[in-house]
Amino acid sequence: MTFGVGSLGRGQLPQRADLLVVAGVAALVAALLIATGSFGIALFLVLTVAVSLPAVYSWSRAVEGSRRAKDRLVTLSIYVGFALAVAPLLSLLYTVVDRGLARFDSAFFSESARGVVGAGGGAEHAIIGTLVITGVAAAISVPIGIMAAIYLTEYGSGRLKKALTFFVDVMTGIPSIVAGLFAYALFEAFLGPGIRLGVMGSVALAVLMIPIVIRSSEEILKIVPNHLREASYALGTPKWKTVTKVVMPTALAGLITGVMLAVARVIGETAPLLVTTGVVDSINSNPLDGRMQNLAVYTYIEYKDPGVMIQESYDRAWTAALTLIAIVMILSIAARFIYRRYGTEIR
Amino acid sequence: MPETATDDTTQTDAELTPDLAAPSKDARDKHSSDEAAERHAKRFELKNVNLFYGDFHAVKDVSMKIEPNRVTALIGSSGCGKTTVLRSLNRMHELNAGARVEGEVLLDDQDIYGRDVDPVEVRRLVGMVFQSPNPFPTMSIAENVAAVLTLTRRGLKKADKDAAIERALRGAHLWNEVKDRLDKPGSSLSGGQQQRLCIARATAVEPEVLLMDEPCSALDPVATLAIEDLIRDLKSRYTIAIVTHNMQQAARASDVTAFFNLEESGKPGQLVEMDATEKIFTGPSKKATEDYVSGRFG
Amino acid sequence: MAATSIDTTTQGGQILAGASGGKRRLGDRVFSNVVIVSAVTILALLAGVALFLIAEAQPAVFANSVDLPEGKSLVDYIAPLAFGTVLAATIAVFLAVPLGVAVAVFISHIAPRRLAMSLAYIVDLLAAIPSIVYGLWGIFVLGPAAVPILKWLTDHLGFIPFFAGPASVTGRTMIVAGLVLAVMILPIISAVSREVFSQTPRRLQEGALALGATRWEMIRMVVFPFGRSAVVSGSMLGLGRALGETMAVTIILSGSGVISFNLVSQANPSTIASNIALNFPESSGLAVNVLIASGLVLFVITLIVNMIARLVISRRNLQ
Repeated sequence: MTFGVGSLGRGQLPQRADLLVVAGVAALVAALLIATGSFGIALFLVLTVAVSLPAVYSWSRAVEGSRRAKDRLVTLSIYVGFALAVAPLLSLLYTVVDRGLARFDSAFFSESARGVVGAGGGAEHAIIGTLVITGVAAAISVPIGIMAAIYLTEYGSGRLKKALTFFVDVMTGIPSIVAGLFAYALFEAFLGPGIRLGVMGSVALAVLMIPIVIRSSEEILKIVPNHLREASYALGTPKWKTVTKVVMPTALAGLITGVMLAVARVIGETAPLLVTTGVVDSINSNPLDGRMQNLAVYTYIEYKDPGVMIQESYDRAWTAALTLIAIVMILSIAARFIYRRYGTEIR
Repeated sequence: MPETATDDTTQTDAELTPDLAAPSKDARDKHSSDEAAERHAKRFELKNVNLFYGDFHAVKDVSMKIEPNRVTALIGSSGCGKTTVLRSLNRMHELNAGARVEGEVLLDDQDIYGRDVDPVEVRRLVGMVFQSPNPFPTMSIAENVAAVLTLTRRGLKKADKDAAIERALRGAHLWNEVKDRLDKPGSSLSGGQQQRLCIARATAVEPEVLLMDEPCSALDPVATLAIEDLIRDLKSRYTIAIVTHNMQQAARASDVTAFFNLEESGKPGQLVEMDATEKIFTGPSKKATEDYVSGRFG
Repeated sequence: MAATSIDTTTQGGQILAGASGGKRRLGDRVFSNVVIVSAVTILALLAGVALFLIAEAQPAVFANSVDLPEGKSLVDYIAPLAFGTVLAATIAVFLAVPLGVAVAVFISHIAPRRLAMSLAYIVDLLAAIPSIVYGLWGIFVLGPAAVPILKWLTDHLGFIPFFAGPASVTGRTMIVAGLVLAVMILPIISAVSREVFSQTPRRLQEGALALGATRWEMIRMVVFPFGRSAVVSGSMLGLGRALGETMAVTIILSGSGVISFNLVSQANPSTIASNIALNFPESSGLAVNVLIASGLVLFVITLIVNMIARLVISRRNLQ
């Protein structure tokens, strides 16, 4: 007995079988829900998925065999999983934009919360606070971070290098509130209890930023090809000049990108600032003089301690959230753009 | 290349004699004559096959027949498309992004690129052994052999599975060397043994054709001869096509040889001449073939 | 990887720098000292974090229970918080790991190749959103949306202790907090897993397909075993992040410090981090020390988790 013609092809489902089934089921479910008057987006989606998956599996199993059916089922489930992962992002962005636009006006950006218990007012103090606190944090963490990265890639050897690498990894896992507590403890040791200063927040954020700056700078410096360094040494250039005048300029775009991404990461931090910089209503641009507010803490306080007109406070909170997300997005996109556009072509 | 540790107690490939001992009783019982008659090696026929990688025309107008129970060697200098042709026979070519096949590839008169054809089934029927042995590193020797076998034969009882594993390993001339350590990782074998493990794995799913893409190029000469021995043994049960850049190997191990070359640099590869191996190497009809086999070029 | 090239540079740099002079030039000495000092500073910083925290936590450790907030001993104060922290993080990991692996495999193997990079970017966007925004979203959107589901759970699965109910009507429950945390840590798990999945050697994948395996069978046979340690370490990194997360949990949970496995009711455990966030601004004296002590406990827990994660990664790199 020999294999006959057709042994290679068992039945096959039509080309877009999966899509057809899902579309068909969706239509059915929608019709059913509308007819019984209980249509809701979530219910619709859940039912469509719950029915489509077994439907595709059974149909495929009957026609194509169980292995192929399992393949289809898993593939479809993974598509669903991806959608499930992206859905919160879409929902969140939609919510923030939808609710944040209400107060996205010039008043928001030019007035502080001083004396505001009802409507109006703005977050100017918070925006300035954000810029100052994050700026000082960057001023602290960037030099130290880049220098440490240079140590790891250009100078490091032996136990110190191993220890540093390991502990930088560990530092990336410090909870943000612990960083805040550390900054508080540090300043309290020298300046007494109950102290609240803008610069304390900067120290806390710096603790969070340093490992990020080190990691990304290290990656960038590693990519700079060795032959550039060797060419420089061969010309008799001392090592420190090679590093500062050859390696770093080549890596500059990448270093800047890394710093921008680190800033994007900490600019929205609330917890460490709650315990360090405190809460304040008016503009303060001196990091060494008393409390300062950043945008994230502002968002939190507007929610937590709304004034007399609750909805107004909530509106301000959403607008602040929208502003925060916009800043983070802009920073991330700008960082990538800089890297792509100005990053030296590295072969 | 994976680090292979050679077990001190393992027979080296040099000490190996083809294992012609009778299979264990269980294996014999299951392997009924009925089953044996059911499987017969299949015949490939390519008709005007053109192979593309995106816009790049890699191989042009290949028409050839690959006969059952013979070893057909595909030879030619690098880049002339012989591996591309081989990979079109088990539908692996299309795994490359943008890869395309035109023409007919008939397996026993059925076009494997037909609309109703399941590529997964094609790949089961047409097995492949790769240039560099690739046993699955997280699996033991036995698990490697049974890797896809247990998927194609659902509900296989343990005794049957063990019998199938033994049968495959015997068929690949590897059983005696590994029978006491079937649960050791596949990567603990020597290069030659790993390649025979891959062959056992490929035959375990009961294909009709075996494709081999330069199976010995990563192996030492002794291991190479062991594989060639094995190929001689395998051809009685399968259709075999082997790509090799080693002309001596083609002369030793094959019955039919197909010579490919590039018309010109930048042009697609083409089939120049195909004939009985002896004729190709002693009296080819085309000058290009003669130039190649006599070492004048390539 | 690039590790070897770094060592070459260091040796090469030092050899050549020495060759071009005999004695080290002033510039080199200064610069290399600056660089080394920076490196040491970082280590000192980390040590400092530990030291200052311990110093500040000390008074709380040695105080009498009577003087402490709520009159409890330090252990009694922190234990329920630690419980809440671990519970929330566990729920998050439980939900995020399967989904994160699915997303990772989707991007590395299933999505159309041209879209893969953009899709990866979209998933990574989840990581960029500040946790306060997640908190607002959780309490204003996800919580209320979850209420009918919570009711359904208590009605139909109420015999399981997790869903014992009575179902909260605001959605401010442990399960919602865990869900939000899961969304926050998903990009970490997904990115780490995806990185390794896409590096699965081609010849192993082709080997499986050439045997006649379907794509899913190949993924299960080759890709997942190859990426197993990445999934584990990614999950632990995600766990570490979830343990330390503050604002989202602070806003969503109105913690009452109970120890309970009931995920759908009004009465919820608090976490260490959210407890600090809520009480610190208004606290003074010994209460501050207590909060810092709890922060120290959190620090140690996340430290251990992260170290294990890194160990798993480094063991893999040695293979």
